[in-house]
Amino acid sequence: MTLSLSLTVNGDRHEVHLEDARPTLLDVLRERLGLVGTKKGCDRGQCGACTVLVDGRRINSCLTLAMSVDGAEITTIEGVARNGAMHPVQAAFIDNDAFQCGYCTPGQIMSAIGLIAEGEAGGDPERIREGMSGNLCRCAAYPGITEAVRDATERLSQNQRKSA
Amino acid sequence: MAETLEFPTGHVRLGSNAGQPLTRRDGMLKVTGAATYAADNRPAGLLHAVYAVSAIARGRVTFLDVAAAKAHPGVVEVITPANRPPLARNPDEKAHGFSWRIEALQNDGVRYAGQPIAVVVAETLEAANEGARLLAPRYEVEPARIGHDRGEVFDPPVVGVGAEPNLTKGDAEVGHRAAAHHVDVDIETPLHYHNALEPHAIVAEWHGDRLTLDVPNQAIAIARSDFAGFFGVPAENVELRSPFIGGGFGSKAILNGPQVLCILAARMTNRPVKLVLRRDQMFGPVGHRGGTRQRLSLGVDEGGHLTVIEHHAQSTTSSFDDFLEPAANASHNLYASPAILTRHTGVRIDTGTPGPMRAPGEASGSAALECAMDEAAEAAGLDPLEFRMRNYAETDPATGRPFSSKALRQCYAEGAKQFGWAGRPLAPRQMRDEAGHLVGWGVGSSLFPNPMFQAEARAVLRADGTGLVEISAVEMGQGALTALAQIAADGLGIDVDKLEFRAGSSELPDGGIAGGSGHTATAGNAIFAAGSDAMGRLADIATQDPASPLFGAGNAGVVARGGRLHRADDESRSEPYTAILDRAGLDHVEGHGSGARNPADAEDYAMFSHGVVFAEVKVDPELYQVRVSRLVGAFAAGRIINPRLAKSQLTGGMIWGLGFALHEEGVHDPRTGRPMNADFAGYHVPVNADAPSVEAFLVEEDDRHVNALGIKGVGEIGITGSVGAIANAVWHATGVRVHRFPIHIEALLR
Amino acid sequence: MNVFDYVRPASVAEAVAAASEGDAAFLAGGTNLLDLMKAGASHPARLVDITRLPGLDDIEFAADGTIRIGALVKNSDLARDAAFLAAAPAVAEALLAGASPQLRNAATIGGNLMQRTRCAYFYDPHSACNRREAGAGCDARGGDTRNHAVLGWTDACIATHPSDLCVPLVALDAVVEIAGPGGTREVALEVFHALPGETSAAETALLPGELITAVRLPAEAATFAPNARYLKLRERTSYAFALVSAAAALRIEDGRILEARLALGGVAAKPWRARDAERLLAGAAPTPEAFRRAADAALDGAHPSGDNAEKIELAARVAARALALAAAGTPERMPALPGSVFAPAGVNANGGSVHG
Repeated sequence: MTLSLSLTVNGDRHEVHLEDARPTLLDVLRERLGLVGTKKGCDRGQCGACTVLVDGRRINSCLTLAMSVDGAEITTIEGVARNGAMHPVQAAFIDNDAFQCGYCTPGQIMSAIGLIAEGEAGGDPERIREGMSGNLCRCAAYPGITEAVRDATERLSQNQRKSA
Repeated sequence: MAETLEFPTGHVRLGSNAGQPLTRRDGMLKVTGAATYAADNRPAGLLHAVYAVSAIARGRVTFLDVAAAKAHPGVVEVITPANRPPLARNPDEKAHGFSWRIEALQNDGVRYAGQPIAVVVAETLEAANEGARLLAPRYEVEPARIGHDRGEVFDPPVVGVGAEPNLTKGDAEVGHRAAAHHVDVDIETPLHYHNALEPHAIVAEWHGDRLTLDVPNQAIAIARSDFAGFFGVPAENVELRSPFIGGGFGSKAILNGPQVLCILAARMTNRPVKLVLRRDQMFGPVGHRGGTRQRLSLGVDEGGHLTVIEHHAQSTTSSFDDFLEPAANASHNLYASPAILTRHTGVRIDTGTPGPMRAPGEASGSAALECAMDEAAEAAGLDPLEFRMRNYAETDPATGRPFSSKALRQCYAEGAKQFGWAGRPLAPRQMRDEAGHLVGWGVGSSLFPNPMFQAEARAVLRADGTGLVEISAVEMGQGALTALAQIAADGLGIDVDKLEFRAGSSELPDGGIAGGSGHTATAGNAIFAAGSDAMGRLADIATQDPASPLFGAGNAGVVARGGRLHRADDESRSEPYTAILDRAGLDHVEGHGSGARNPADAEDYAMFSHGVVFAEVKVDPELYQVRVSRLVGAFAAGRIINPRLAKSQLTGGMIWGLGFALHEEGVHDPRTGRPMNADFAGYHVPVNADAPSVEAFLVEEDDRHVNALGIKGVGEIGITGSVGAIANAVWHATGVRVHRFPIHIEALLR
Repeated sequence: MNVFDYVRPASVAEAVAAASEGDAAFLAGGTNLLDLMKAGASHPARLVDITRLPGLDDIEFAADGTIRIGALVKNSDLARDAAFLAAAPAVAEALLAGASPQLRNAATIGGNLMQRTRCAYFYDPHSACNRREAGAGCDARGGDTRNHAVLGWTDACIATHPSDLCVPLVALDAVVEIAGPGGTREVALEVFHALPGETSAAETALLPGELITAVRLPAEAATFAPNARYLKLRERTSYAFALVSAAAALRIEDGRILEARLALGGVAAKPWRARDAERLLAGAAPTPEAFRRAADAALDGAHPSGDNAEKIELAARVAARALALAAAGTPERMPALPGSVFAPAGVNANGGSVHG
């Protein structure tokens, strides 16, 4: 039996055929669609490296069956830069040295984008730390991550004011 | 700080690029998801391998349901000891000082839980995982030996990698008799697992007798030759690519069994194979920090001076191989004492073999030493920082040698100022915050040696004025691609933006080992020497060319900077590199260099990075949950190539210290020997909310002896000092000395 | 993970029918089920994907004050709903104290009730576990038991229920709405989770094929809103399961407690409602002594299931503190660290401190 589903990933629609329903969204992105920017750190929802946006919300793609998000809009790290320009969160991660080895970084950035969209942390570092605590960084670049998210939140609100 | 360095040809200066807080050159790749880690490779025809693990800790496998695994749709091959092809090297052979005994299905024996006992290769990852589960092994079980009291204790011939296990300096008896205060402290530290966010991964592909490997590796040249040795091919037939390592911390320095099994699977199936460890498999064959049981006995005289340091450390290792945490050696080089006695014992338990894990020995040893120093300060009625300064070592306590440089006193002063240490009450349980939480302050000294390895590099200056530097250096988050490029650009006297820097491949000159906090020093010196060599050749061309304004200046009279050669005695006379090469009709000049320690300096000086960490903790006065509200470190580590990256290494290390103090602990069931918390929900590492305020300050230090560039190292020192500082702060908050790490809530409960 | 049959029913009736035969499991957020399947602790032959069932993702506020939470409402959506937060702040705080933002975005209210224990011996398919296989035995006994039960356990099982959400829900008399092959029914949350028997370890009141469709909070839950807190003791500042936790809710008038609610988490196979403690508090003045007496009553009968004797005293202290925090008042804004001992106390706290 072959199952099929369709996913819109970073604006591109993909028809995916699976031998059975086991593959997770993470494994479909990485092994079948070749979108390897999303990382597998624990495969059990305990590290956040696999964070992507599903219909605009940050989730762990390792605990999501691909079949159950059939038809959804997925955003991965490959899809956040626009027209060659980095997303403000990406730029803030570089400027604030918010990573070392880089392995957790795609998940951190997707989580930060989700956090900022949720709108509850604002510029409060303690709320940012709590809101980013679902993303482990074994290099422990946490001070930079917190500062980058605060910085990006400010940049995005300035952008909004400008465009308003 | 020295501007012009004493290099053989004397033409190049460090400082135009090096020393600048540049952002990471690989930043764009890392924030866009374009940086390629081993598991991201998907060659055509790829198969997935998953190994089955032993659920027992000792005994042998008596049955594997190979038929069930093979019957699972998608399974291509099942490898067991029964059908595993021979290897050219015995996995139980220790080929050199940096090789560990590994499990590569050499027999049906089991020596720890989590050991690979079979490999399933399949068309999909899902099928390989399920195939491995379907093997449903049966065993002949022998009792597991877990913990210090159940294993065989022995006197090791060496500890760490080749270090002496015992030291006797002075007379400990005399020291104890001279003491007015005695402190005996017993400390236990558990097993720690590296748990880099990137699980160990490998993609192996054979082309005839040539092998390409995508595998994260901290010691590329050694690994290449070892892999070649296992498969009986010349080293040059193996191409090892490791452009980005998703965290190593020592665990990716040593060749391991799953890597060999993946290469075997690729050979048996004649297809490329990927093997990625599951998180639970990270608690088995890929190393860990052994557990320790340590005893410190300190004597202190009326004046607050140490009269003796005795430090005994017992470390766990496996039943079949030795790596002993050289924890007691942490007492050799930090505090002055007329008598220092250290010794080590080992205990064999049924786990995988430990290996170097970030600050191996230094981390656990420093944790114990700094706790003991705090208790000694309390016994002597002294402020713990004052006590440390009274016992400041002006020369290396273990050897009597002078330090190549030591700015620890300045670190103490700077750290204390930044933290606001003054006015700290001596007695515990004196401070509260506005919410009523207990507040405590603690301090710990940091120390880490400055080893150097050997490295080679190649530098090319091209006719268009751009440069290329090649070395199999390793980017694992420490920022090698940035810091080494800064050195490389200075070596060629060009702007770093004009430099192409190639690293992370066995096809490049040997970059040595990314470990021991010695990579920047070793690879950096090789790179700088290679650039200097290239500039020497360019200077020869220019100074011998009558058409050049530098004609006749002689080699020693020319300096390379900003893409031009200048006369040293008259910098207004200069010429761009491009013009020199153009006139000479050359499309490039090339230089080669190597990096290693000057043996005479190694004999004459003791070489260490130094620092201090101050911790503030908040503790609930009834519930005893702990939060480290502030960590402030001040470190002196020679020349800093990139302060932005160095600070990240240091604060990251300090947060590792936080995890050591409060979180990390590998728990094995004592009956079965199985790890019972082999995931991130059970094996806690710090999260963002655990580290609200962590700062590292750099103290300037000019070291003329440690190596030509004056570089020490910052990768591991941040853990040392931090663990003790936090534990001491917890005591200061609560009045409870906890002697077993991590500090659990129950241990504080009163 | 085993190969399984995957079905996506269009209605509750279809879902119930699909799950009534064979070894089926409902898939909602998947955050616990997929974890268990990957661990090899669970092997359903069929997954019934209920994520698209219509009508199960609403939060309804009835005119009589009842709040009905659809089973597919996401944890994060419930915690963020302003009206819900105003009515049941301790529930919101418990939701936000649990897991991580990503998991809360996927996990559902119904799924949270069905969360299974974190007992390492339950997760380890090589250990004997009566929950995985009735009659197999319990390897947790005599093992690493720091996180295990101190109340209501038997030799058959010493596991704890890991949910944060269920702790305030049970304190506030939540009711579980269930659809099944025999129609619909309701079960009080207090009796929804089962304690282990002498030899077995049935976990919930659900019968084969039954599906949670909603969780209901009675109108009176909102009367506690000014004085309701959740407190979660843990070894890491965030993203960690509770060592012990407590939800406390008080109705205070003229310096007297009219009615108290108290439940404990991490101490038993179910969220532990402490009715004796509640009775002691009714009519009492909200003093530390009264809270401690009540906490001791809550732990009456507790005994260690292994090397976890300290947990009894810790649980009593957490319960007393949760009551003190509730008495100090619900904070105007959700604390930055929800449920944390480092979250500030509410506005009425004496000098900002509720510590001894």
